Amino acid sequence: MKGSQAIIKSLTDEGVDVVFGYPGGVLLPLYDVIYDSDLKHILVRHEQCAAHAADGYARASGKVGVCIGTSGPGATNLVTGIATAYMDSAPIVALAGQVGTSLIGNDAFQEVDTIGMTMPISKHNYQAMDSSEIPQIIRSSFYIARTGRPGPVVVDLPKDVQEGELDYPENITIDLPGYKPTKKGHPLQVKKAAEMILNSKKPVILAGGGVIHSDSSEELQHVSELIGAPVTTTLMGKGCFPEDHSLSLGMLGMHGRVASNMIVDECDCLIAVGCRFSDRTTGDVSKFAPNAKIIHIDVDPAEIGKNVAVDLPIVGDAKIILSHLVRVISQTKGQGKPDWVDYVKSFRASCMPRLSFDDTPLKPQQVIKEISEAVTDDTIVTTDVGQNQMWMAHYFTSRNPRKFISSGGLGTMGFGFPAAMGAKVAMPDNDVVAVCGDGGFLMVCQDLATVKEYDIPVVVCVLDNRYLGMVAQWQKLFYDERISQTKLKAMPDFVKLAEAFGVNAYRVERPGEMKEKLQEALKSGEPTLIDVMIDPNEILPMVPPGCGLTEIVGEYKVERENPSEITYRPSAQETGGD
Amino acid sequence: MDEQRSHIISALVMHRPGVLQRVAGLFTRRGFNIDSITVGPSEQDGLARMTIISRGDDKVLEQITKQLNKIIEVIKVRDLNADGTVTRELCLIKTHTPSERARSEIMQYANIFRGRIVDVGPENLTLEITGTPEKIDALIDILRGFGIKEIARTGPTAISRGSKTM
Repeated sequence: MKGSQAIIKSLTDEGVDVVFGYPGGVLLPLYDVIYDSDLKHILVRHEQCAAHAADGYARASGKVGVCIGTSGPGATNLVTGIATAYMDSAPIVALAGQVGTSLIGNDAFQEVDTIGMTMPISKHNYQAMDSSEIPQIIRSSFYIARTGRPGPVVVDLPKDVQEGELDYPENITIDLPGYKPTKKGHPLQVKKAAEMILNSKKPVILAGGGVIHSDSSEELQHVSELIGAPVTTTLMGKGCFPEDHSLSLGMLGMHGRVASNMIVDECDCLIAVGCRFSDRTTGDVSKFAPNAKIIHIDVDPAEIGKNVAVDLPIVGDAKIILSHLVRVISQTKGQGKPDWVDYVKSFRASCMPRLSFDDTPLKPQQVIKEISEAVTDDTIVTTDVGQNQMWMAHYFTSRNPRKFISSGGLGTMGFGFPAAMGAKVAMPDNDVVAVCGDGGFLMVCQDLATVKEYDIPVVVCVLDNRYLGMVAQWQKLFYDERISQTKLKAMPDFVKLAEAFGVNAYRVERPGEMKEKLQEALKSGEPTLIDVMIDPNEILPMVPPGCGLTEIVGEYKVERENPSEITYRPSAQETGGD
Repeated sequence: MDEQRSHIISALVMHRPGVLQRVAGLFTRRGFNIDSITVGPSEQDGLARMTIISRGDDKVLEQITKQLNKIIEVIKVRDLNADGTVTRELCLIKTHTPSERARSEIMQYANIFRGRIVDVGPENLTLEITGTPEKIDALIDILRGFGIKEIARTGPTAISRGSKTM
């Protein structure tokens, strides 16, 4: 068979049923096979959206997402999406066309060094130099993308390699002597961790995206309830623990909940699972969890000790390690910490953020409250990057894993909408809502044509304040309110813009309308845009860069005005400790 | 912990195009220091051995080792302990020596350092010397007085002492 046929056969054998792509000159052989293949191809309107859609597909389903772009500009347009997936450990395989092998290095038309370019932003990459290599390369790419710490893999496919003949092997063996991810945690380390937890008085769990990748939400909740440890999450971990659970503290970090930041500051044992202690999560590391012994569970040994000094590392798969931890701890008496749990619960209640505002223009808190009311536990929400993202991360209550999708590490504006498109394709039975800002959405609005053409019924909520809000917020707080290039003076009428693509659209301006229109849009089963006019002056309280997590600036509006001061008073039994 | 030390990192890698770029790119991207890097075939077919000399404190070294291990085409990484390691470098030195007397002096120094003259011209001599980087530095220092035209050094390569392998 031909190389191009082998590519499609390999994809099908990996269980791929849909790819997001954009054709081009060197991809003609591949697209000629796609023409009458069973593989569903979704033609995006910009390669960056293909990569983000594959990413959203992967994060929502846990399967590997696939995107395709041609050589040169096709590949450079994929780059942002590949880097986004890399930073957030999303498993995608990106297929890039390349000029014929005889032309490589000649600066041929639409030639770019895709391998060199994607080396630092992919888990691995391959250039097929002979058609016979295709089956093995694609099999290995999927294996690398989804195992260990997941990540993107790039496959560079020169045109003549797609055209060449090969005998498709019956058995493909994966031969990767340099790649053996550790799964099972070291039993002695697990035992030590159990002892450390049992000897602590004020344990807290910090859960990251690794909990979602390893599908260990149940195990996490089990550990939390067993030892009486409240759970805070990173942005990537949001949803891995139900945020309406009485032990949930919400997100930690620069834009974290007050309860999270304060309780982490106070805890004496921090159990970090599947997170990488990013600067946005820790604030100034020298002031991070100053009283705590830190246990770090992660599948990637390089994350241990990279950003924060760790007292007890356990390398391996979170699911295996957490269930092992449950077994060890269950055998011991007195594992609960009722006084700590009571204290955490009342402290948490004292600083729940206020969500209800009847102001016009709309407060983002009110908008997010109405979004929360309009969606179900099965709804997948994606966010863009900036204030819209942090408002969602801060105020939206997420209850299930893989239901909150956001570009955390790279912080890619324009991610939310195409990621929602990919998520909806992966999970057609779940409602999918993208919450974007006006700036970020405008970067990818051309893909309204894609959701229209393929009838992908996502609902895009554009939080419209005519500002690049997050940067403007920093200018207001730290640069003497010098609003430099962050006011979007001319913007399209988003309702008309959507209508120009044949997509339904509404405008929302007053309290109550968001919930109503969102429900209507979800019910319609058609792609819809909702332009939400919000207050441009709303600022989310934050921890300034270089500060500790407790040094929050900005007015934090709480739900209930301050009750009497809450302090941790352990009973005699709990102070007895070990 | 914060003490900056020189480390000899030995890595067994797949002998494929692009591996050197992956390794070198990793050092640049993560801001790791790289003093020298040598690559050549190893005892096993299809595998090459890289010897990297890097400086940093213990934390940096730990990151270098771990990050190198993450590269799919890197099979094994070891930080070689300087005491238990044989380190050698090869150096070629071309001197500008029109005078007869200088030539005979240089040949004597070459003997003392167990070097060899590998090329002679009417106005130049080229020496080959093998040894530890310190020994090579010492010979270069001496020869500077005579006028060095060119130096080509391979950078150190290393192997652990005794029967143990990595």
